[in-house]
Amino acid sequence: MKQYVTKEAKSLFAAMINRSFPQILLTLALLILILILSLTSEYFLAWKNFRNILDQCSVYLILSLGMAFVIASGGIDLSVGSIAGMCGVIMAVLMHSGMQTYPAILLSLGIGIATGAVNGVIISLIRINPFITTLATMTITRGIALVLTGGVSIYGFEQSFKWWGTGNIGPLNPPIVLSLLLTLVSFLIMRRTLWGKYSLSLGGNAEALRRSGVRINLYRISIYAVSGFCAAIAGLIMTARLNSAAPLAGSTYEMDAIAAVVLGGGSLSGGSGSIFGVFIACITLSVLRNGLTLLSIPTYFQQLITGGVILIAIIIAQLRSNRDRLH
Amino acid sequence: MEKQPYLQIRQLTKSFGHIEALRNANLDACQGEILAIVGDNGAGKSTLIKTLSGALTPDSGVITINGQAYAHLTPKLAEEKGITTVYQDLSLVNTQTVWENIFLGHEYRRLGWLNKKKMRRETAELLKRLHVSIQDQEAIVGHLSGGQRQAIAVARAIRQGGKMIILDEPTAAMGFKETAAVQKLIRNLADQGYGIIIISHNIQQVFELSNRICVMRQGEVLALLDTKSVTADEIVSMIVGGTAVNGVKQ
Repeated sequence: MKQYVTKEAKSLFAAMINRSFPQILLTLALLILILILSLTSEYFLAWKNFRNILDQCSVYLILSLGMAFVIASGGIDLSVGSIAGMCGVIMAVLMHSGMQTYPAILLSLGIGIATGAVNGVIISLIRINPFITTLATMTITRGIALVLTGGVSIYGFEQSFKWWGTGNIGPLNPPIVLSLLLTLVSFLIMRRTLWGKYSLSLGGNAEALRRSGVRINLYRISIYAVSGFCAAIAGLIMTARLNSAAPLAGSTYEMDAIAAVVLGGGSLSGGSGSIFGVFIACITLSVLRNGLTLLSIPTYFQQLITGGVILIAIIIAQLRSNRDRLH
Repeated sequence: MEKQPYLQIRQLTKSFGHIEALRNANLDACQGEILAIVGDNGAGKSTLIKTLSGALTPDSGVITINGQAYAHLTPKLAEEKGITTVYQDLSLVNTQTVWENIFLGHEYRRLGWLNKKKMRRETAELLKRLHVSIQDQEAIVGHLSGGQRQAIAVARAIRQGGKMIILDEPTAAMGFKETAAVQKLIRNLADQGYGIIIISHNIQQVFELSNRICVMRQGEVLALLDTKSVTADEIVSMIVGGTAVNGVKQ
């Protein structure tokens, strides 16, 4: 019995190491980056800077969490940045028209969920490619934000709303706490619940899941709804942080979210994904951007370097994925 | 005493437009025996299997399972009644582990969380009972051999309560060693009392494995024969258009 348990434990450990290889690699890269930056910049290791990194990372992290489930299920959601922008604008319009802060927030979150669900319905029931569907909703939601604002930012909100972006919870702020909390919840959902397992199974072999009696359309719709929910929360934070709802807020954020998911070990062909990987990837990208700023690298070069790092990391991940497929 | 059939079909008919894919098909299958269904492409094998698995609704006829008659089955009802199908593509999630695949769609939960420990334990027990040699149930299914993957698909069918297992081309595109392992597994299942229906184009395999052979042609069950009472040449002759020999023309 003892021998059996030991063998089983060894097998579990080996499987865990093998499956977590991209995350282990990424964590090592992050540690090396931290080491280099702490040696080259005296400000890098300061608590204020660390908090700043987490704060800057929070919106990307929240968007990436929703995207992780979408990509795990074999889909993609290009509309998250625009949904975030639209939900921020809707909150602003509602509050400026006299609605109380929390009803406005809840209604906007509901609209985010509904928009995601519409994506899911079109993809599942009408069977339109996720890329095309979410490209269309990206344009539509951005259009809604522009129509509602007339292209001009709406600013000036009550303190109870601004708290969500600039308040304090101990040494941290609400965006950081919210993003860390959502990361923990997402981690548990992906690893420990049926919904998380089916998100991965959908991307692995949707037909096999359907033949096993699972109502795959319902799961797919709910996955896109969750992505819409995450986008709406990101919209809340962006608007509250700046005390301003800009109609173009969140533009191209979907690209950062996709990059974080793939860097974190997710495959664009579906079936794999890691919330821990997404977390480390978001932190790594934020540390990289922060470090480049501290080292006074010009903004244009920062774009170039960040893009290059993402590309190299994705090539490494893809080479490993190809090797696994040939195994 | 003759065995009571677990599965009986009588006068089963299914048409797609003006094409009759199944014509008054009759068939009996018992537990503990291996029944092979052979026939050329378009003979009606797939339609018959899909009807038995509940994927297709027949136009007429009766399906009797363990004494209970049904006009048609749904996938859920077929599964509840112990009719499970292992499709040629195996329906496995290649990115997931052995135990995750075996419990796909039928996971154990405890207080809303997946009960992984129980699923791992039962997978180990099931594979042991079926004499399936897979060292590591944490292995990703896509990394396993064709034979091992077939064994996992069969184990899942058993796990889902299968009493009559339908195997569609179980050794297609497999090497000699893997084919032998899968054939051993099939015999093993029959010895343990499971009913097996295999669809195969491999006549040699059909003769090595089956107790009875059902020959289908143009939607009809042409003959249902004892494997020992017929030769491979006679079966091939029936498949390609000769007359039924030595058996009961349905």
